[in-house]
Amino acid sequence: MAAESGPLSQFTIERLIPLHVGGLDVSFTNSALLMVLTVLLGTVFLLYAMRSASLVPGRLQSVAEMIFEMVDGLVKEHVGPEGRPYLPFLFTLFMFVLLGNLLGMVPWSFTFTSHIIVTFALAATVFIGVTLIGIFRHGFKFLALFVPHGVPGPLLMLLVPIEMLSYLIRPFTLAIRLFANMMAGHTMLIIFAGFVTSLGLFGFLPIGMDIFLVLLEFLVAALQAYVFLILSCLYLKDAIHLH
Amino acid sequence: MDLQSAKMIGAGIACIALVGAGIGIGNIFAALVSGLARNPSANIQGPAFLGFALAEATGLFGLLVAFILLFG
Repeated sequence: MAAESGPLSQFTIERLIPLHVGGLDVSFTNSALLMVLTVLLGTVFLLYAMRSASLVPGRLQSVAEMIFEMVDGLVKEHVGPEGRPYLPFLFTLFMFVLLGNLLGMVPWSFTFTSHIIVTFALAATVFIGVTLIGIFRHGFKFLALFVPHGVPGPLLMLLVPIEMLSYLIRPFTLAIRLFANMMAGHTMLIIFAGFVTSLGLFGFLPIGMDIFLVLLEFLVAALQAYVFLILSCLYLKDAIHLH
Repeated sequence: MDLQSAKMIGAGIACIALVGAGIGIGNIFAALVSGLARNPSANIQGPAFLGFALAEATGLFGLLVAFILLFG
């Protein structure tokens, strides 16, 4: 769907190092490069910030600790002490999405979270993992998740399929929410930038709008990573506590 | 009607979804302001911004469809 030129061309995936294994195209693309950069940046930042962990934290150490404590607090609040084993995964997920969104805001870079396959892979990992946790914890009783409490029998015939559908649709909404936010935001920036030349003398108006939109995009980048984390926590809570 | 004009009309119709997002975001921040006016010490910005992100996302689904129709 990426056009040759136009607002959507910024999402084109380019092969930087073409690689073909068998019939598969496993080229190292700009998307892969940004993902590697994201992982490296997150790892280096956390290691560097905590290199000499002291009781009274310095500037970088307090940033790292604030992010960690925020995730820790969310998991404690929503999942409870049983969520502790899943904290490393949720923290990694949050850092990956957050740094990916923020790296996408760097000019001439690439936002890998604006591709639905990336966000869907993340969401599907969360969904499958959470479902397996629920099944291993509760066995057959896991199906009680689909039966709301205190509902008369005939109404259950209607409500259970709805609950099942709303459960199965979760990975899609989780993926589309992040993807649509990133993609629509970045497309909007380009469209308003296009108005600058076409409006001539009044071109400063869209520039002002673009400055505002960039600020909004930074907010959205952080907020969507937070929303991704909080919804993953809520799904985990459902699997562990069954309502 | 040729394909291009049908696409443009479709994109315009898809943008109607933004009505819902606008009402939702307006409701959220109206409730935030009145909540903070009644109890200035309440710490409710976190849930408010979570609600803002969730409401904004629904509108963006429609906007995304419009963008794909126009430029895809």
